[in-house]
Formats: sequence, structure tokens, C-alpha cells
Amino acid sequence: MDRIKGSMKQIVPWVVPFLLLICWQVFSWMGIIPEKILPAPSDVFQAGLSLLGTGELYEHVSISLWRALAGFLIGGVIGFLFGLFNGISKYSDLLFDTSIQMLRNIPHLALIPLVILWFGIDETSKIFLVALGVMFPVYINTYHGIKSVDKKLIEMGRAYGLKGKSLFFSVIFPGALSSILVGIRFSLGVMWLTLIVAETISTDSGIGYMAMNAREFMQMDVIVLSIVIYALFGKLSDMIARYFEKKLLHWNT
Amino acid sequence: MNFHTEEPIHVQLAGVEKWYNELNVLKGMDLQAERGEFIAVVGKSGCGKSTLLRLVAGLEQSSSGFIYMDQKPLKSLNKHARIMFQDGRLLPWKRVIDNIRIGLPGEWKGKATEALENVGLGDKKKEWPNNLSGGQRQRVALARALVHDPELLLLDEPLGALDAFTRMEMQGLIESLWQQKKFTSILVTHDVEEAVALADRVILIESGMIMMNQEIPLARPRQRTQPAFSMYLEMIMDRIMNRMPKKNYIVEQNYQMS
Repeated sequence: MDRIKGSMKQIVPWVVPFLLLICWQVFSWMGIIPEKILPAPSDVFQAGLSLLGTGELYEHVSISLWRALAGFLIGGVIGFLFGLFNGISKYSDLLFDTSIQMLRNIPHLALIPLVILWFGIDETSKIFLVALGVMFPVYINTYHGIKSVDKKLIEMGRAYGLKGKSLFFSVIFPGALSSILVGIRFSLGVMWLTLIVAETISTDSGIGYMAMNAREFMQMDVIVLSIVIYALFGKLSDMIARYFEKKLLHWNT
Repeated sequence: MNFHTEEPIHVQLAGVEKWYNELNVLKGMDLQAERGEFIAVVGKSGCGKSTLLRLVAGLEQSSSGFIYMDQKPLKSLNKHARIMFQDGRLLPWKRVIDNIRIGLPGEWKGKATEALENVGLGDKKKEWPNNLSGGQRQRVALARALVHDPELLLLDEPLGALDAFTRMEMQGLIESLWQQKKFTSILVTHDVEEAVALADRVILIESGMIMMNQEIPLARPRQRTQPAFSMYLEMIMDRIMNRMPKKNYIVEQNYQMS
């Protein structure tokens, strides 16, 4: 692997997706893939451009992004704080962990009918579902990260006069960080998944709505466009998470 | 060094016992260390020598008996002492210099840099611990312990994981820093040769009791090839292995070599 040069390392992973795209386009032109089953990539691109022109695309994408982000922040912060307290304090652990583990085992998407009855189909229901989905992976990994910080390092810190805040920021938090970041990366996946399902079932705006609406008019290109946008956002959020992982854990190379 | 002056006792253990549930690790231990003295504690694994050190560091509390620092009983973490662990325990997410400044209040930069230079690693300030060799990591750990100017340095098998050559080098470094800074030192080791090379007094612990308390009145720096050195080494080894002495040791209380 060492012989592969830097620039090649950047290009090679994209060869397969690019080839697939070209095949797809060529087969569509030749009529092997019927337009009613799957539109050509160029048609999808066209649909994207025209929706961008009317401002529709921007509207749907921004509302979806807002839901994703708001849900992620609310769920992430709650999960992180519970993970933190339960990881550090035995009392908090004893009091809350069992309850959280029970709630965690309910598939949060199963709550959709209930959530619609509670909140209707407006923003609250979607943000609630995303937050619920994001909370548990962040909780589990923060909790586990703090529990598994090397006890010997904590003892060293105490022996060298660290306690409370300084012990937390010098030893416990950095020791748990890699596990916390794994939780965040995982929860980003859950975030998109939850949003897609929630938006397809009940909504009047957003990317999922755009796709469901297009289905009624048999606009295959718009449906595929929505899927592509989801994929792009998923990849983008994963890249951002990886970037922070690299930046925050650069000692670990 | 003369041990019969009126020098105040620095560290004193009086009837110290330690139990872990039903397990009696230390059985009524009495020990005194004078200020500036270098004591080595040897013994087989599981004899309680590390426990002894952790009690003096205040990381654990004794089940009964007392530990006195300058005649004052030790109740919690020993603030006059710094401990250096076998595995170094550097924080991998902090650079070398930031590892050394752990727990240093106020103006730290000059002190930390000086401590690092004292162990010969002045050029490794910005390195990550993972990029250092085992010997270099232990040097950083030593600098981190000494940057606080402790009155008492506790060494818990600090060189156990190093190769023979690096170990000799580190022993020289520890000895010279000890001579320079004049702190009291307790070294726990399973290497009897190391104990004889460094210590004023070697304590042998067996199943939680002090079985031997041997002064090593050799001049420093000590040559390992000199007959008196081998004699002390053999004497302690014989005692550990429960061997009958092969010959009569030329033991004299005030044996001096120069």
C-alpha cells in the first residue's frame, strides 16, 4: 500500500462509483434500463437544476437540514449529559442507567403513530423522533468511554494532585473522547435514517415530502434526486465527523 | 553516610498492616527512613512491596498502624511525595512538556523545561509520548515526578520494563539526580543488583514482613565488579532464595571501600 502515491490514494476509491454511473447512463441511452424503472443520471441532474431554479429544492433541503440538526443537537446533548453523569457518578448510574437501557430497546420508529397523535405532523414530531434516535448511541458510547478510561491514569492524576475539574479535563474526558466520537458518528447515521422515515410518512415539506409528492405524479427523476441528496448528506456528515476525529485524536497515530 | 546522628526521621512506619478482605498483605511493618536516605525494597512478586509504597504515597490507607511524615501522621494523599510507576503512565493525549506540567500550579514553563533538560530530553518537548522509546518515556515520567521538587521520591519498579543497557543508564541518572537534589528515596525493585547499586539500605520483604534490613556502606559511584559489591549482592540473594551461605561473608558493620 505504501507504494501507492498520495494523489492516487485520493482517486482510486472513486473509480468504482464513477464507472457505475457511466454504465447506468449508457444503458439508459441504449434503452436497456427503461425510463419508468430508473431515469438516466442526466435526467436526475436536469431535475435537480430545474428544482433549484424554482427555489423548491432549496426550501426542501433547508427545512430537512434544520430538522436533522435540531434533533441531533437536542438528542446529542441529552445523551451526552446522561452518559457523562452516569459514567462519573455511581448514584446517577444506579438511578438512571436501567431506565435508559429499557427505553433504548424500544425501536424509536415504532413510536411514529404515537408521536403523530401527540404532536401532529409539524416540526415537533420530526425533531422529537430524530432526537430520540440520536440520544441512545451518544449515551451508550459516552458512558462506555468514561467507564473504560484507564484506571491507572486516573490514579496517576490523583497522585499528582489533580481532582475534580482538572482531573476531568486532563484525564477523563480526553480518555473517553475517541469512544464519544464513535457514538457521534454512529448517531449521524441514525439521524438521517430517522429523518427519511419521518419525512416520508408524515409531512408537508422537506426532501422526504418532495419524494413522496413526486411519486403521486410519477416523477421518477425527482424521486431518485431525493435519494441522491440523502446519500450526499449522509456522506458529508460522515466526512465532517471523520475530520473532527482526526483533528481531536491526532496523538493517536 | 552516617546513620547514627540526630538527623530527624523523615518517614516512619509504625506497626503498619494492610488487609484486602481476608488477605493479610502487610503484617505489622516498622520502618524508618532518614531525610535524604536511599532505601531499596526487594522481595519476590506478591510479597507486599508495592502495597507498602502505595501506602506511603497515600494512594491507599493502612488497615492499622501509622505512617508518619516528619512525625505527623499521614491521613490522605502524601503531598510531600511523588510516585513514579513502572509503566510510566504518561497521558498519551498530552505532549511531553504538558505531561510534565500536570499538577504544577502557576508559572510552569521554566520549571518543566528545566526538569526535561535534567533527564536529557530537552529536545523532545513537543513529542507525543507514543513516539518515544520505553527508556525515554521513563525519563519523562522521572522528570514529571521531580518537577515538583518532592521531599520523598517513590519509585515503583520504574526500570522493570527496560532493557539491561537502558536500565544501567537510568540507574546512573536516578543516582546523580538524587545526589544533586537530596530527596529521600524509596525504590521498590525485584532486581537485587539494582538495589545494591543504588541504595544506602536494602530492605527484604517476605510475605508481608521485613526479613532483612541491610546497610550498604559502599562509596559512590559503585563499581559492580568490586568484591564488596558482589558480597552484599550474594548475601541478599542467599537470604531471598533461602540458600545456606556458601562461605563466611566478610561482614563488618562499618565496611568501607573507596
